[in-house]
Parts: sequence; structure tokens; C-alpha cells
Amino acid sequence: MKQPIIELTDLTKRYGEHTAVDGLTLTVNRGEIFGLLGPNGAGKSTTILMMLGLAEPTSGSVFVCGINSTRQPILVKRKVGYLPDDVGFYEDMTGLENLLYTARLNGLSRVQAEERAEKLLERVGLREAARKKAGTYSRGMRQRLGLADVLIKQPEVIILDEPTLGIDPEGVREFLQLIQALSRDEGITVLLSSHHLHQVQQICDRVGLFVGGRMLAEGDIHSLSRQLFSKEPVVIETQVSPASPALIDKLRQIDGVSRVEQDGEKLAVHCLKDVTAVISRTIVESDAALLHLTQKEYGLDEIYHRYFEGRGAS
Amino acid sequence: MSKAWELFRGIAGRLDRSAAAGQRDTKQQHPFWVIVQKEVADHVHSWRFNILLLLMMLTCIGSLYTAMMSIRDAVPADESLKSFLFLKLFTVSDGTLPAFITFIGFLGPLLGIGLGFDAINSERNKGTLSRVLSQPLHRDYVLNAKFVAALIVISVMFFALGFLVMGLGLLAIGIPPTPEEFWRMIVFLLLAICYVAFWLNLAILFSVRFRQPATSALASIAVWIFFSVFFSMIVKLIATATFPKEAVDAGSLLSHQQFVQYLLRLSPSQLFTEATTTMLTPSVRSLGPLTMEQIYGAIPSPLPLGQSLLLIWPHVTGLVAATMVCFGLSYVMFMRQEIRSR
Repeated sequence: MKQPIIELTDLTKRYGEHTAVDGLTLTVNRGEIFGLLGPNGAGKSTTILMMLGLAEPTSGSVFVCGINSTRQPILVKRKVGYLPDDVGFYEDMTGLENLLYTARLNGLSRVQAEERAEKLLERVGLREAARKKAGTYSRGMRQRLGLADVLIKQPEVIILDEPTLGIDPEGVREFLQLIQALSRDEGITVLLSSHHLHQVQQICDRVGLFVGGRMLAEGDIHSLSRQLFSKEPVVIETQVSPASPALIDKLRQIDGVSRVEQDGEKLAVHCLKDVTAVISRTIVESDAALLHLTQKEYGLDEIYHRYFEGRGAS
Repeated sequence: MSKAWELFRGIAGRLDRSAAAGQRDTKQQHPFWVIVQKEVADHVHSWRFNILLLLMMLTCIGSLYTAMMSIRDAVPADESLKSFLFLKLFTVSDGTLPAFITFIGFLGPLLGIGLGFDAINSERNKGTLSRVLSQPLHRDYVLNAKFVAALIVISVMFFALGFLVMGLGLLAIGIPPTPEEFWRMIVFLLLAICYVAFWLNLAILFSVRFRQPATSALASIAVWIFFSVFFSMIVKLIATATFPKEAVDAGSLLSHQQFVQYLLRLSPSQLFTEATTTMLTPSVRSLGPLTMEQIYGAIPSPLPLGQSLLLIWPHVTGLVAATMVCFGLSYVMFMRQEIRSR
């Protein structure tokens, strides 16, 4: 059963002339991992701040866990954990002390706090470093400590703002797996903002493409690509030798192929429907060597790129 | 009262964890006092505070020493006057080192600025502010807690220093203070705390306004130097410029004198100096000019405590008001600011 946990309705935020968020309507369901995807300055952070009641919307409403964030930020902040991008810690306190401080700000007693902090440090893999000063932590460790810091209040929703920024690839992979596991095991709803397409693609159930303060499209990766690429849904990439003009001509004439792009031996065939078999037969029959042929799945990369291409032209 | 007790226990607990463990460990605490505790602990552990403390201790002992050396000359020959000898520990000096009140007047601002100049902006720059504010607490808790924590540290320090001077003085001169002298000293310490609180708030105001701790430190120090060095010069210039040239009668001289004094009192350090001098030197009868008619018939005796208090009441009000203005401004500014990470 889908139960909405974050509901934004017609949310708008203006800074003077500049509109940072423009009529955003979005629903995130309980237990899902939602990726808010957009370039820098798209209004992702502003949206997140409004969800936490740290910024006031110009118009529209924000409900998190059924509570109005603008009017009752304290209640919302009790249920929502927020990890800002480039999270900071008190550097002359140890990782454990930093966690304990947050726990006690959330009204836990010292005993409870210590118990929970130890458990979480174990979970995020910082047990050995727990008693080291937070100032000596690496970027990846800080981010993991941040995750523990967010979880110590046992939130229903966690909001992560660019959580993977500046971590090495292996660290990113581990971090994302950790988030995924958390969401799965504890049923926590995760809202993740990022401009890294591949990472979002890896773990998110649904994605919202957010540019210039507006939600362009939302849905899972598959339906997103369908939404945005209704004209040319399939691209087949192939490498042939030699790629003669005659062959390209033949490919163009296949029923369902709209255009062919050539880059040396590599060809990209844009089709209206899946005609992979016909294309491969055509290539083989015209005595060219077929070196490579794949049907390209639209990743977020293309979705993204396509959007900016479109915007550049208009 | 119960809050103060809770706070006291909180601080004691933070400073000495092994003591009184047990019940406190399973108790929930209000987030405000959690922040206050952390801030107090931060101050006490910081190099900055310890250096300032050391400086204060040194000046305190230094001024006490000179006071001891010269207190013999300060004993009035006329025994009919109540001498308030004990209070002289704070005020007399043989000229080599300034007296205790002068030192406090000079170093107090430095202390306030030192504890407040990076209150908000360093948290902002470290990225901890947005993390703390995303916890379930009201935004003003952070600002209020920082102020309260610094004030607690300052109060404890001043009372400790003040009682230290009293105790050493008691040992050295062997004359116990009278109750009135004791209360005068307490009022003096409270005044000193108010005065430092003003500078603390000014520094916090700058720390909310300016992003870089260095900028806010420089701005606060600039204000401090302006008031302690240049302000009196400027007032002197104005005084000479506006001095009545023709028809010099007593009335116009008096009003001019008053005008200059009002100008001088715009400076918090002037307010502090006048107030503390009145408190610690009971023979001060008035802070403005007195005409012959007013003096005529007055008995040359020191003022009682109540009258001295009455005399400095406007000064205290002024100091507290200036503190409030700074605090109010920083409060409004802080509440309106958007908290972004870094």
C-alpha cells in the first residue's frame, strides 16, 4: 500500500526577483528511496530546507509525516533526519562525543544516547575511529558519521543533500549500499538529492528531475526515459568495419529507423521501435564485419543531456 | 531557582563526569541546557579562555600587590571619617601598575570580545550550525545558549577573582570588611559582569553579521579601541569647539559642562568607570558638577550604600539597555538569516 509521507503542494520560493523553486508538487511514499536529481542551483537544497522548516516558502505547503513543516518545524525535525552536504562536526570532540551531543539535543538521556551511538557507529563502520577527534576524519568517514548522526534520533524520513560529494568511488558504493540497506531493514524513507546520475540510478526507486526550480519529470528510470524520449525510444549502437556510405544508406531505409549518426566505425541508429535483428542482418548481408552491437538503454545521463540539449535549442 | 540548580548540576557533571553519576545519566535534559553545557565546556577547555584567565589572574595579583604597597599611605589621618580601607584594595595604586578597577575596565571588553566574536560564524563556517538546527529545537536556543554560557563563565570567573582579591587582602591587611564594604564589592562585581556582557553581546552581534570570525573580531576590537582611546579625544575636541566664548556666566558654564558629560556617557566604558568609582569610593557624592549652594551645608561624610546605588542607577540602566539593544539586534538578524550548509 502506498502511503504518502512527504507531500509538497505548489511550493514556491522566491528570493527577490529570483525564483528558486517554482510551483513544485511532489509526493514521496513511505519506505521508498526517492532521488531528487538536478544540476547545481536547481533549487534542491532550498526545497529540502523548506521541508525541514528552516526556510519559509513564499507560497504553497509542505507536509512531512502529516505535519506542516512551516508551522511546526520542531515536530517535523523530531521525525526527519537531515544530512547537509559537506556536513560539519565539532573538530575537537571525538566522533562519539559529537553523536552524543546530537542525541542529547534530541532529548535522549546519557545512557540511552551512549547505547544507541555505539550501535550506530558499529553499523556505519566507525567503531575503531569512535574515540578519535572528528577533525582527523577523512571525508568519507565524516559522511558516515553524518549518517549515524542522522539516524540517532530514529527518524522516519532521512533527507540527504548531495551525500556522495567528494568521496572516492569505492566509498560511494559502500555508502549507497548502506543507505539502501537502512531503507530496506528499518523501513526508512530516503530522499536523496544529487547531481550524480549514476549513483541515483543505482539505488533510487523513483527519481524526480529537477531543473530551474521546476520538476520536469518524475518516475522510475524506465518511465522517465519513455516520457522524455517518446519520439525516438530506441537507440542501437553498433561498430562495423568498414562503415561504407552504402551501408549507412541501407540502414536508413529500414522501416522504423529515423536517423543514423556516424562516428568513424561507430554508428548510432535511432529507431522508433526495436529493429535490432533487422539491422544486424542488413550489416552482415552487406559484407561488413559486425564488431559490436548493443541496444542502448537510456540512462539518466542521456535523459539529463537530452534535456539540456533541448533547452539550449529553444 | 530549580533551573539554576539544574544548570549548576549540569555544569558540575560536565566538568567532573565521575562525580554524582547515576540518576543524572538516565534523566532527559532540555536541549537548551544541553547546548549551554557544551558551550561552557568548550570555553573552559579552550586555549583562548585559559589565556584570558591567566591574563586576568596576573593583573589581579599585580594590582593587589601594588595596592598593598600603597595602602598604608591611603589610611586617612582623620579617624572620624569612615575610611573604607578594605575597598581601597581595589582602587589605590602607587602609579607603577593601575588599580584593579582600571584593569577590569580595560581588559573586560577583551574578555567579552574573546568569548563572543566567533559564536555564530565559526559554527556556520564549520557546517555545524545547519546540523544543530536540524535537530528538534528552536532556532533562538542556539543564540541564547551561547550568550548564557559565556555569561556563566564570565560570572564565575569574576566572582572567583573578586573573592580571591578579598581573601588575599584579608590575609595581608588583617582588617575584615564591614557588611557594607562587602555588598559594595558584590555590586562592583555585578557591574563588571554587566559591562563584559555588553561587549560579549556586541561581539555576538558581529559574529551573526559577519561571515568571517576575523572580520567580526576586528570589528569588535575597533569599537573597543574607539571607545577606550579615541572617544574621549573627540569629546574633548567638541568641548573646546563649543565652549561658550562670550558672557561667561555660571549658568552657561554649567550647562556646557553637563553637555560634555552627557557626550562622554555615550561610551559604555565611561559609564562603567563612573559607576564602579562610585561604588568603591563611597566619598564620591555626585557624578556631575556641584554648585556652591549644593555643597553648602553638606556633611563631608561618605554616602550610604543605598545612596551610592541611586547615584549609579542610570548608569546601570544604560549599560543593561546597550546590552539589550545588541542582543535584540543579533536575535532579529539571526532569526531572519537563512541557514545553509557552509
